[in-house]
Amino acid sequence: MRRTRLFRLGVPLAAGALALCACGSRDKGASASGTSATTTVTIGFDAPLSKDLAAVGLGMKNAAELAVNQANKNHTVPGVTFKLAAKDDQATPTIGQQNAAAFAADDDVVGVVGAYNSSVSAAMQSTLHQAGIVQISGANTNPALTRGADYKSAPKRQFDNYFRVITTDDVQAPVAAEYFYQDLGIKKVAAVDDKKVYGAGLVKEFTEAFTALGGKVVVHQSINPDESDYASVVGTVKSSGAQGVYYGGEYPQAGALKKQLVAAGFDGPLGGGDAVKDDAVIPLAGTKAADGIYTTSDGRPVEDLASAKSFISAYKAAGYDEPYGVFGAYTYDATNALIQAVKAAADTGAPAAKELRPKVVKAMGSVTFTGATGQVGFDEYGDSVNKVISINTVKNGAWQDGIKVFTK
Amino acid sequence: MTATELTQLLADGLILGSMYGLIAVGYTMVYGILQIINFAHGEIYMLGGFGALFVYAWVPGLRAIPLWAALPVLLVVAVAVSVAAATGAERFAYRPLRGAPRLAPLISAIGLSLFLQQVVFNFFTLPGSSMGVTAPVPFPQFETAPLDLAGVQVSVAGLLTLALAAFGMVALTWFVRRTRTGRAMQATAQDPATARLMGIDTDRIIVIAFAIGAALAAVACVTQGLRLGTVSYNMGFITGLKGFTAAVLGGIGNIQGAMAGGVVLGLAESLASGALPHIDALAMFSGSVWKDVWAFVILIVVLLIRPQGLFGERVADRA
Repeated sequence: MRRTRLFRLGVPLAAGALALCACGSRDKGASASGTSATTTVTIGFDAPLSKDLAAVGLGMKNAAELAVNQANKNHTVPGVTFKLAAKDDQATPTIGQQNAAAFAADDDVVGVVGAYNSSVSAAMQSTLHQAGIVQISGANTNPALTRGADYKSAPKRQFDNYFRVITTDDVQAPVAAEYFYQDLGIKKVAAVDDKKVYGAGLVKEFTEAFTALGGKVVVHQSINPDESDYASVVGTVKSSGAQGVYYGGEYPQAGALKKQLVAAGFDGPLGGGDAVKDDAVIPLAGTKAADGIYTTSDGRPVEDLASAKSFISAYKAAGYDEPYGVFGAYTYDATNALIQAVKAAADTGAPAAKELRPKVVKAMGSVTFTGATGQVGFDEYGDSVNKVISINTVKNGAWQDGIKVFTK
Repeated sequence: MTATELTQLLADGLILGSMYGLIAVGYTMVYGILQIINFAHGEIYMLGGFGALFVYAWVPGLRAIPLWAALPVLLVVAVAVSVAAATGAERFAYRPLRGAPRLAPLISAIGLSLFLQQVVFNFFTLPGSSMGVTAPVPFPQFETAPLDLAGVQVSVAGLLTLALAAFGMVALTWFVRRTRTGRAMQATAQDPATARLMGIDTDRIIVIAFAIGAALAAVACVTQGLRLGTVSYNMGFITGLKGFTAAVLGGIGNIQGAMAGGVVLGLAESLASGALPHIDALAMFSGSVWKDVWAFVILIVVLLIRPQGLFGERVADRA
């Protein structure tokens, strides 16, 4: 009963939508032939632009805008003018999904840059896939987005329209293990996780890699992230004879854990993933106790990269209020990759954005150029070929980024 | 495991337990007089810590002097904020429901608890940051190294917790047993109607009971912040639940029982996560993940054997 009613309602709706689409493209054809031979296509952009992650998101937006302005100024794609349409997802998957639907409904959108959060991208992927719109992120690090939940044992391309220019999480735990074992000379480690997908996964991969190197994970404990008293974990770690701790989890608990370890007289290092790499971890642990926190992070600090110099100077010259942050240069490269894909697709001669979409998806896989963050290119899953992990540490109450850089 | 390790676990458990005890007193006093469970007590506790943090962050002079010197101010402000919140809650959320069925104040308490959490979540602001707190907030810290007592490490904040809990309990016992108001409180707990006939202003006594519970909870929160380095807007939920458990364990309505229940709970958690891994047969049920399981197993066993709690005697008569 309900199904038929939906169907009855759906058919005219779909017909109406089709008619509207037809109108849209006819308008475009008219204007294109009426004025000159240039088309304007829209690049959708999605990131958190308000609330606590706004600083990161605005830096990414500025970087994307910079790439678009440069492409327009240099006529990178002859006959095509780009326009950036930025949408705020508030770091919320449902809002990201709505934004994706809005992009899909906008015939001028040729591709989407974003999102910041892996969880938001996961919600956007299928909507954009159905519309045949390419999505490229400069910040998503969850391996499942490209290779599926069994990304280790049975990797499988999830969506042929999703690409990213940044390294994934599954590379970072083994790097942390290598750094602990070889550079810090630690043979016995206590592993602690917060029982979440991200944290437990990191600890599992760390344990495998560390054991393979010849080290020993002497004790494995879990904390409850809703609590802040980790005395029992600290006691177990201390009596286990571990020389260091690897923590799978996020910075609020990592800071408190490091503080309580030091308070109990444990002075070994604490390692963690990129979720621990946050300025707020230092006041949480206490300026003194924070020393000796080591984290991995995807990519390398752009300030150290010769290739990023022109990006940094152009960003500064543009006079944006917000810093470009960790993901600015990656988003700049992601936007440029999309522009390159449009260039390759437009060569075959199709001016309207809607017709360009499937061609852009196809062209993206073979895009390759030297970007601000180094080599930009994609493997068969849509992941970046540029797999770089940096080690960062807290020293004298401040982060020192990229004390060692691993290329995998 | 060595004797030192065991002593360390006992010391950690005692400190944690006395913090639970301070919170449990608030539950037990209100229950003893009104037979209602003030489920917003965890949030009253949380507000104390945020009150202390607020003055510390916004009054520039406090950060210039050592934390030792600023601590009395922090404690006074924490107590003031919590007491104000608790008396306000009593006046507007509980007193209008005094004659209502038992469930009404319980629902009111749950609503109040969510309300207070969201107030802090949305409006608590530190200098230089936007309004609202989502993640845990750093609390001022003693920079002194932990004291080493024959191999057992005890932090300064831990010792402070023990000292303040002991002082709080002695002062409270003296107040209830020796002062006029304290005796009026005992009378109200025994029989409010008769107490009113004897000329006791029971409304005033109820407000005082809420205020005392709030004051001790505020002290507990400040010590917790000093010990663990953070306070968060939702910290009251789990800690409040533990405090309530301690109150039931000790025999709800009994003030000394609440503190004892807290200590038993703290020791149980500490030993379950630290000592059980050394017993081979139980090793797989040990570690910090299992500590709450053991704490509640103890609660259930105690309640099966002594339904009135460890020290409860006079609860059954009116409950």
